[in-house]
Amino acid sequence: MALSKHDIETRKKELEKFLDAYPAKTKKNRRSHIVVRDSSLEEQQIIEANTRTIPGVITNRGCAYAGCKGVVLGPIKDMAHIVHGPIGCSYYAWGTRRNKAKTKDGEVNLINYAFSSDMQESDVVFGGDKKLAAMVDEIVETFKPKAVTISATCPVGLIGDDIGAVAKAAEAKHGIPVMSFSCEGYKGVSQSAGHHIANNVLMQRVIGSGEIEEAEGKYAINILGEYNIGGDSWEIERVLKDIGYHVVSVMTGDGSYETLKNAHTAELNLVQCHRSINYIAEMLEEKYGTPWLKVNFIGVQSTIESLRNMATYFGDPALTQKTEEVIARELAAVESKLEQFKKICDGKTAFCFVGGSRGHHYQGLFKEIGIDTVLAGYEFAHRDDYEGREVIPDIKLDADSKNIEEIKVSKDEKRYKIRILKERLDQIKDKIPLSYYGGMIKDMPDGSIMVDDLNHYETEEFIKILKPDILASGIKDKYVIQKMGIPSKQLHSYDYSGPYAGFRGALKFAEDITMGFTSPTWNYITPPWKQKPILDGTVTEGGK
Amino acid sequence: MLDATTKEMKPRLSGGVINPAKTCQPIGAMYAALGIHKCLPHSHGSQGCCSYHRMHLTRHFRDPVMASTSSFTEGASVFGGGANLKTAIKNVFTIYNPDIMAVHTTCLSETIGDDIPTIIKQSEVPDGKLVIHASTPSYVGSHITGFSNMVKGAVTYLAEATMEEKKEQVNIIPGFVNPGDMREIKRMAKVMGVKNIVLPDTSGVLDSPMTGEFDMFPKGGTKIAEIVDTGNSKMSIALGSFASSDAAYALERKCKVKPAVLKTPIGIKATDEFLMTLSSNFGKEVAKELEEERGQLVDIMTDTHFHFHGKKVAVFGDPDIVIGLTEYLLSLGMIPVHVLTGTPGSKFETEIKEMLARAGIEGSNVKAAGDLYTFHQWIKNQPADLMIGNTYGKYIARAEDIPFVRVGFPILDRSVHSYMPIVGYKGAMRLLEMISNALLDRKDRDSADEDFELVM
Repeated sequence: MALSKHDIETRKKELEKFLDAYPAKTKKNRRSHIVVRDSSLEEQQIIEANTRTIPGVITNRGCAYAGCKGVVLGPIKDMAHIVHGPIGCSYYAWGTRRNKAKTKDGEVNLINYAFSSDMQESDVVFGGDKKLAAMVDEIVETFKPKAVTISATCPVGLIGDDIGAVAKAAEAKHGIPVMSFSCEGYKGVSQSAGHHIANNVLMQRVIGSGEIEEAEGKYAINILGEYNIGGDSWEIERVLKDIGYHVVSVMTGDGSYETLKNAHTAELNLVQCHRSINYIAEMLEEKYGTPWLKVNFIGVQSTIESLRNMATYFGDPALTQKTEEVIARELAAVESKLEQFKKICDGKTAFCFVGGSRGHHYQGLFKEIGIDTVLAGYEFAHRDDYEGREVIPDIKLDADSKNIEEIKVSKDEKRYKIRILKERLDQIKDKIPLSYYGGMIKDMPDGSIMVDDLNHYETEEFIKILKPDILASGIKDKYVIQKMGIPSKQLHSYDYSGPYAGFRGALKFAEDITMGFTSPTWNYITPPWKQKPILDGTVTEGGK
Repeated sequence: MLDATTKEMKPRLSGGVINPAKTCQPIGAMYAALGIHKCLPHSHGSQGCCSYHRMHLTRHFRDPVMASTSSFTEGASVFGGGANLKTAIKNVFTIYNPDIMAVHTTCLSETIGDDIPTIIKQSEVPDGKLVIHASTPSYVGSHITGFSNMVKGAVTYLAEATMEEKKEQVNIIPGFVNPGDMREIKRMAKVMGVKNIVLPDTSGVLDSPMTGEFDMFPKGGTKIAEIVDTGNSKMSIALGSFASSDAAYALERKCKVKPAVLKTPIGIKATDEFLMTLSSNFGKEVAKELEEERGQLVDIMTDTHFHFHGKKVAVFGDPDIVIGLTEYLLSLGMIPVHVLTGTPGSKFETEIKEMLARAGIEGSNVKAAGDLYTFHQWIKNQPADLMIGNTYGKYIARAEDIPFVRVGFPILDRSVHSYMPIVGYKGAMRLLEMISNALLDRKDRDSADEDFELVM
């Protein structure tokens, strides 16, 4: 629902008013992280993003360790992920993100384990290298993982433990890859730094380390930036496999060292979460010539569009026909049921504030069940996720992020292949987002608000102004919002439901959202004695 | 489930942990600070810690958990976080307006050696507002240590002995227990007629009601004036030596308040001791109401003893809770075969072993600073009829098909637990019900049709 020019101005004024509560410096900073969408402006609207968090504002952000170990590495099930640090970091990333994984009998599955060097005071004083090395030995001998990752935490960088050297020695000793990740929590300004650090090492050490030259099936693809929360990637794969695609690897939901190492054999890389995996997507293209396609399997229409774009890329009439058949079948199974839920949700409004990609992806799904997103944002996305990849040349790395290593890959002389001829590439590039992501802003209606690194104060103030019917956010916000009598949907953990991706996922999402609105519990918030006078008698005008 | 865990136990020499039975200090400090009225906990480190700790507490309590952070960057990590904390203090008081900020540290700020008292002194703290702190290095002890340090920090900063004679009132430091437990402890003290200050007190904060409005600083929490007044109390009762004794001793040193360190009042014996300590020190007879509850508990214990007598129990969790639980299990005629905490401290093993010896039980495994990998291996080698512990035990319970009772912190997969006490006679009744139900549900599930009983 787009707002008029006048209403946009009013909204901006309201915004300005509540920013006044901030100390001057904080106000100046926060103003540049909030944009009221106005497509009538001549220049593209810019949002400040990926800059340091202001101390004390109550951010929702986490750290680089969470982005590296918690998000990207953790889901890889046949590797042992050892956390070098005091116990907390390992403990909090143990089973708390719902990246599902399963294996056949006899295969390594370490998804329910947490491995920590459990640093003690003496390790901080005298160094923890030796303990870490002993821990790696113990884990490799006991658990026989396919590979090992070592993730650094805050104190590791400060005391100067050389985890790279430990990894190298362990690798020589055990004959399996042992990789170190310098993802100390203070690196960068958010989880984002951790994604980058994880991407670098996976690209250097795992991807392409397999022997296979050709994929085992036709239409070979990788799904990048999909972590199988609540079974999302299984639902996506169900449909893709039905159409005839061969999924080489998923990065990294239900992922394995065994599949990741042959990711170079795919013909196309699908990118679901742009923020966390675009580095690998770019490097795969550079090194092996594999193009990437931005997809979105959240929402029925986005899923259909993504499937059609994939068919366009491969350009095979048989594949296209099968694509349409599967779309028709899946659509028939969910469409009428979605309508039922839409009747209840129609006309409502939502906030959609999630990590680095769902803030955008879920807006379409909300819209399909009749809900307008009036405010959306990310904790840790960069300007390209908000504004589109065309702004990448304009993004300046600031002091807080410049120490995150940028690695360069070059053409693999043996394996580099031109997957798609230049002429054809040019032809389809206009039709499908090949090696391109347009960002969130283009899909948002005028007057809606885009916020980067939304904090607690702003959440409360925006609720007062915009009076949303539902908030999509995370666990730290959930009960704050519900206390106000507003339904809250966790879009990180899906409130332990899911999958939400693909056709069936859209239906499950609609069902859950509707349940959020129709639960009878909301009717009991105000006690009856506060709704009507308890004492019998008449109240006369003026209280006399 | 947990297929990679072997029955064969190889010596573990690295000192590393597999599947921890503890977490790190700051979350305990954050929880303790939330038990102060109108207090905003502040995490002086990089923001990942603060998010994780808020997340975890939120999942356990299903209630908002507010805290701010200094949000260290790499620069601050190298050159010190003074500027970050000063900015945070200014922002917090301007935007959120708590009466007090309780700062705790992380492994980051402890490793670089930030001098918090000096930074606080240099900060702009508005008139009438307070900033206190506790050092909570994550590489020492566990979340229980962090809780202990923050409570100690609160009394060290705030408690004052302002009167010549001590007041007829008791300080009760309840330890790292749920708001439901704190309510029950307060109720018992009230029924005993002893004026009390419970510190910290998260009841009314982390079990706050739904009103349709969000209150950043809910009604609950120990008031600052009360914390100051703890210095005037006649005595402090520290419930649980790991979580509470340090603060009681700090009060003794600073304000000459007599300390008494008791077990967390779980089960009949520890509750008896708690009430008798109140009774003897304040010259109050144990109230009839509580005597009646005790009698009810003994009645139930006797009525149902055949449900649980002689059953082997594997129990893990935080040391004070596990010590109390073990004592209670013994009083029920049960056999604790595996007893483990992740928190280090030799006192745990000593106390448990003494209890087991007194009960004539031999061959049990007892370990402090242990992990759930070891605990699982113990069970593989010596099976148990029942397991008691926090949510993380569910993987082992499923893998080994053991009836499982959830007690302690955190419980992430069940609700209501934080409202209901496990302390006092009332809490003992509840624990007994949970234990009996788990065992009888299993009996129902496993029995053949012809052995399926209507009355049990």
